[in-house]
Amino acid sequence: MSMLKSSVGRKLTMAVTGAILVLFILGHVLGNMSIFVGPEGINAYAVHLRDLGPLLWVVRLVMLVVFVLHVWFGIQLTLENRAARPVDYQQKKNLVTTFAAKTMIVSGLVLLAFVIYHVLHFTLHVGVDNVDQLAKAYMGEHFDVYTMVVTGFGKAINVLVYVAAMILLFFHVSHGFQSFLQTLGLSNECVQPKYQAVGKFLALVVSIGFISIPVLIMVGIVKL
Amino acid sequence: MSEKTMNLTLYVWRQANAKAPGKMERYEAKGISPDMSFLEMLDVTNEQLIKQGIEPIVFDHDCREGICGMCSQVINGVPHGPEELVTVCQLHMRRFNDGDTIFIEPWRSKAFPIEKDLMVDRGAFDRIMQAYGYTSITCGGAPDANDHPIPKWQLDRAMDAAECIGCGACVAACPNASGMLFTAAKVAHLNMLPQGKPEGARRVKAMIAAHDLEGFGNCTNHYECEAACPKGVKTAFISYLNKELIKALPKGAQD
Ligand code: HEM
Ligand code: SF4
Ligand code: FES
Repeated sequence: MSMLKSSVGRKLTMAVTGAILVLFILGHVLGNMSIFVGPEGINAYAVHLRDLGPLLWVVRLVMLVVFVLHVWFGIQLTLENRAARPVDYQQKKNLVTTFAAKTMIVSGLVLLAFVIYHVLHFTLHVGVDNVDQLAKAYMGEHFDVYTMVVTGFGKAINVLVYVAAMILLFFHVSHGFQSFLQTLGLSNECVQPKYQAVGKFLALVVSIGFISIPVLIMVGIVKL
Repeated sequence: MSEKTMNLTLYVWRQANAKAPGKMERYEAKGISPDMSFLEMLDVTNEQLIKQGIEPIVFDHDCREGICGMCSQVINGVPHGPEELVTVCQLHMRRFNDGDTIFIEPWRSKAFPIEKDLMVDRGAFDRIMQAYGYTSITCGGAPDANDHPIPKWQLDRAMDAAECIGCGACVAACPNASGMLFTAAKVAHLNMLPQGKPEGARRVKAMIAAHDLEGFGNCTNHYECEAACPKGVKTAFISYLNKELIKALPKGAQD
């Protein structure tokens, strides 16, 4: 039985890649908090990341593969699941499932669009004003991430997109966290409610962490 | 004192055969006693329909005591209806009120084609069982009472899984029409016992493969199956199934 054909095999792949994505966003939100230290904080963090050199590229490559697998199987499994009930109920009452669980594909696809937008924006600097000036603005030789982020969130539309995407991230992770533990065979009826609570809490902390940056910039607490 | 009876409005799925399109039809069920089971209510309704020259409603049933797993109806949107931990045959009309409107539909899943009205073909479950829902070990004569080679709690756990009566409510309830709770229950009750363990790796692979072949959906952990299961089979067994598969993956055909 092939791991990439069977239902449970593909679910395990979803779970492993989902768990790696959760670890990634945890690291990401922690790293981003350095913006509250000021320009030196996040710029120094960015320089440290770049100093990793080839290792950074290995991490990026792994994340790309993880992300593509997660998205690919997510779409494939969802399509199969829809096909498994060709005629729908006239009346169907769900008893325990959550809004987050029912909308995984929606939150997932919006996150996919968001990740593309986000990488174009902050990694590839598409639509960033004065890129040439920023390029050597930090200590005369490094890219000034701080200024880019603060000016980027001067635009209301960017703030809106980030806040909306992070609300969907909350939903995705609030179901996803307990889901990957269940899928990886680590759950039972005693720990399942605890996983659900921890997942919601973690999702809340992460999304509030991410949201705090554009919001605090917008209200002028974090500024140039 | 004369017994109080109820009059109900039923909306029932009528479908001539597997290929025909179906639709909900409205019927009145008159003079229903609260002491009747849901199936008895349908029996009475069918007699009333026959008198009106209408073809009676076809529905599955056998034991009528909650153990065979034949009765299978989605009542007001919930497989086996509003009462927790019972099958349709053990649901009683006292759970309803005079004047109620009740929607009755079959299990809906590609893997369970509708044969007629509320009756579906659950052969898919049989084929999952044929794939490895057994053990090829012979264990000799009957052992002494209370003689068991695994601790009691482990035995109880296997018995919790073995409670599954194969009714298919888990599939009916699942937003993805997945048969994972049934498959998990069957794998767990054998793999947890000493007689089933030696073939555990082969069993979990074979039964999941058979499940997938039938056109069931994939589990995305909504846990609706557990809420609908008349026997209280827990989704913890699905987690166990996944763990058994992880352990089995590195094993080759010779194991
Ligand atoms: C920041 C990015 C993301 C994170 C942290 C994340 C995390 C997770 C986690 C932990 C799971 C549970 C895994 C399991 O048990 O099967 C999951 C499931 C899923 N994800 Fe994602 N994911 C992300 C992005 C996406 C994207 C872009 C899609 C787009 C298709 C997507 C679609 C899905 C689907 C359809 C499921 C399965 C639904 C389920 O298990 O209930 N995810 N995700
Ligand atoms: S797991 Fe429960 S709902 Fe599913 S077939 Fe067995 S008894 Fe029925
Ligand atoms: S008829 Fe046997 S369980 Fe309901």
